[in-house]
Amino acid sequence: MSRHRVKAVSYDEDDYDDGYDSPDPEEQEFLQQCTAEVLSQLSAGDPPVTATREEVQEALWHYYNDVEKSVNYLRGKKAKEVKKPSAPAPAVKAKPSAGPSPDDVVLNAQSSAKGFKSKQASSKAAGKKAQADLAGGMNNLSVEEKVNVRSKNLDVLSEYSKSQRKKAMNFAVIGHVDAGKSTLMGRLLADLKAVDQRTLDKYRSEAHQMGKESFALAWVLDQGAEERARGVTIDIATNKFETESTVFTIVDSPGHRDFVPNMIAGASQADFAVLVIDSGTGNFESGLKGQTKEHALLARSMGIQRIIVAVNKMDSVEWDQERFEEIEQQVSSFLTTAGFQAKNIAFVPCSGISGDNVTRRSEDPKVSWYQGQTLVGELEATEPYSHAVDKPLRMTIGDVFRGSVQNPLSISGRLDAGSLQVGDQILTMPSGEKATIRSLEVDGEPNDWAVAGQNVTLNLVNIDPIHLRSGDVICRASAPIANVTSFTCKVLAFDHLLPSMVDIHRGRLHVPGRISQLIATLDKGSGSIIKKKPKIVGPGTVARIVVEMDQAVPLEAPTRIVLRAGGDTVAAGLLE
Amino acid sequence: MRLVKNKIELNGSGTVTLCPEEPEDMWHAYNLIRPNDILRASAIRRVTTTQETGSTSSARVHLTLEIRVKGLDFDPQSSQLHVSGTIMNETAHTKIGQHHTLDLELNRNFTLEKEMGADGEGVGWDSMAVEMLKDAVDEGGKRRAEAVAVVMQEGLAHICFIGQFQTILKQKVEMSVPRKRHGGGDHDKGMSKFYQVTLDTLLRQLEFNTSATSLTSSEAVRPVLLASPGFVAAGLQKYIQSVAATTMPALKRLLPSLVVVHSASGYLHSLSEVLQSPAVKATLADTKYARETRLMDDFLEQLRKETNRATYGPREVESAVDQGAVGRGGGVLIISNRLFRSQDVAERKRWVSLVDRVRDVEGGEVRVLSSDHESGRRLDGLGGVAALLTFPILDDDIEEEEDDDDQ
Repeated sequence: MSRHRVKAVSYDEDDYDDGYDSPDPEEQEFLQQCTAEVLSQLSAGDPPVTATREEVQEALWHYYNDVEKSVNYLRGKKAKEVKKPSAPAPAVKAKPSAGPSPDDVVLNAQSSAKGFKSKQASSKAAGKKAQADLAGGMNNLSVEEKVNVRSKNLDVLSEYSKSQRKKAMNFAVIGHVDAGKSTLMGRLLADLKAVDQRTLDKYRSEAHQMGKESFALAWVLDQGAEERARGVTIDIATNKFETESTVFTIVDSPGHRDFVPNMIAGASQADFAVLVIDSGTGNFESGLKGQTKEHALLARSMGIQRIIVAVNKMDSVEWDQERFEEIEQQVSSFLTTAGFQAKNIAFVPCSGISGDNVTRRSEDPKVSWYQGQTLVGELEATEPYSHAVDKPLRMTIGDVFRGSVQNPLSISGRLDAGSLQVGDQILTMPSGEKATIRSLEVDGEPNDWAVAGQNVTLNLVNIDPIHLRSGDVICRASAPIANVTSFTCKVLAFDHLLPSMVDIHRGRLHVPGRISQLIATLDKGSGSIIKKKPKIVGPGTVARIVVEMDQAVPLEAPTRIVLRAGGDTVAAGLLE
Repeated sequence: MRLVKNKIELNGSGTVTLCPEEPEDMWHAYNLIRPNDILRASAIRRVTTTQETGSTSSARVHLTLEIRVKGLDFDPQSSQLHVSGTIMNETAHTKIGQHHTLDLELNRNFTLEKEMGADGEGVGWDSMAVEMLKDAVDEGGKRRAEAVAVVMQEGLAHICFIGQFQTILKQKVEMSVPRKRHGGGDHDKGMSKFYQVTLDTLLRQLEFNTSATSLTSSEAVRPVLLASPGFVAAGLQKYIQSVAATTMPALKRLLPSLVVVHSASGYLHSLSEVLQSPAVKATLADTKYARETRLMDDFLEQLRKETNRATYGPREVESAVDQGAVGRGGGVLIISNRLFRSQDVAERKRWVSLVDRVRDVEGGEVRVLSSDHESGRRLDGLGGVAALLTFPILDDDIEEEEDDDDQ
């Protein structure tokens, strides 16, 4: 305590007085809120401590409105006072000059919000730390330095309704391996000028050198070295482009059967799907048996309702109308049985490599029979979806990475529900660790807030990266998601179900588990029980089953899950 | 395990003296020793003596103790077996009835006595115990067909040792690998870091000699199966090759024994798929594991075809045996050895008598699956017992019974 005074002497008080006496009203209001919070925490703690409002506000001021630290400080102070009742009250009057001026506070907040760590901020932080050690005593000793981020306390929902944004949608591109998904999307991006010509030329020449010229367009999305060398998409890639009315985010999925888990992650982020089909002789047929079917079923069981079928590589079959109609007929009958409504299915004949019917109408006379929309036209015709903006916050982490030097820890994903803003404290499950949002990006643009349905990148502080894995769920401490080790679910079986080992997928979440019980088979329409405790559940049957896992996983009803075994999707359904 | 002395009487009581030689023998001992048996082995016990003046001194003494077994604790990872019980013999340092926990050690004999109780208390050396003893002693000497498997996916690797009777998960490597992102090379960097950690861990688990002079040593290297979906396993193989060519020439000894196979995921239960791949079948042709896996696959196939010629679950199988469906001409009883480890004597008797009945009376085949293998774990998921039947049985009547039980 005495050092406070010593320190205070070394400053010239007059220099700091001006800025201190005129705080702005917003700040005042926030201060009041924090004061109330500190007082309640103090009286609730053990042993209960009483402090005057003045003291609390002093403390808050020193800790940049960090409630927790202020409470610790006051607690430590009061404890000392009890021990030495005769000791003089701490030098309250001298304090203002010891800390930074309010201008600096604002500056600090701004610079940290922007992600800059200016020299000034760090020196102030050092000074502050010295004080913290003094005042809080042992309570506050920690190896890591906590970074404080000021929240703007926005009403995110009203901000959201005020904002004049274009409608935004995500779509997943799915289909059998080598159907031309990545190439078609590369073409789309190139023609809409979302990728500049220079980059494209670079890819062309590089692809030429590797002897894979036809893959040049796919390289826009296939960024991995392994992907380029093998000419196969391995992981999902996101990219966005704008049309006049809408901002679209492409989620390009891998078609290879080994990477279906990644495709599930992609489809879980999408509002609707584009199913790409290779119209080449034999290729369509083998695709229908393979991932064309599996992907479509998965997309439907992940809750996707609208599907646009891009019949690709039509140039390889000379734009044969009969071929197109044959494919249309087969695929639409399959999609209807899979549960898509006929009005939600659209067919577009196109060619990714030449660009016909992708963004522009084909000028080839052979295509004159087709009068419908181009692919982009169909995309734009899709109705936007509403998201659970006012529900508690949920976000599945898609990726954990090092954003930049300023943001050593970033996570990305799509907000499933709720909203968040800069400065919020979030909880990550299953680790149960807290983190603070230092800054965030929506669709690659810095922003102060984000709501459900948006693709965000969160730059986090005050958490160790080992607590974050892709597949974990972000929520709030006020409404946390529960970690469970077993759950009951109603599933549609695609294959025979037995009590056996399965992989459980929910978006990026991928964990091992086992079906421990087959409770009953159910009627598809009414959901009434047909047979209790079946020995085996056949394909195409709806059943209620219990699934157990070795580790606790954040899951809650109603979540859509997919069960896979031996590289095949065996069931998909809803948590109960 | 070496059989030193065998004194099993006709009535099923008697003693055997065994000498465990390999870590896996501890697992056999774990299956052989049951509560209420008498175990005699060397022990180290700390003895505290109080002098007349009240001062105490304690010393560690080596003794041979005989205990009546109360509980077993087996650590599969380090293959250590701790047997606790009450002391039966009086020595200079111990009294009868004191508790002691014996730690069985490799290359130290132990003697196991099973008693035939007067009124059916003990089970003695029943047919299953004799069978297990045979397995443990392995007179044919066909052992040692072992392999190491690395089952992995991006950011996750399970390193496990496949032995005759158990699969031991030695270590799990888990790393967060950044996903591919626009314009970022983090993913490739993350992957090579992951490969590096996996290789280091693997070498440590193999106790592989990485010094340059070891190139000339003729120490045998076990086959190492690298399994993954996609290209992860191939990537690791490539990484090992490049390390062998540059920094660690000793790795060249390892290269020929690497086998890359496909698996559906990086989790341990994909191991059954790994063992079914042709490349592995050639290497591990006739191991117990491969046979067990094949058997389970046959069984699931029957179940899938809904021929009603396969059934699972304790009650269902017992009723099938009652109806004579697990008999000559293709009847197979598949049972997990977990059931014989039961602490409850009546429970064990129930299963042993079922096995005896199928084998001796009905004339069917009996396969005991190790619950420490993946196939055994699959069986455990089905209740630990299953059967392939000689004729189809409809399970309606059993089901009603069951429903009654529930209500």
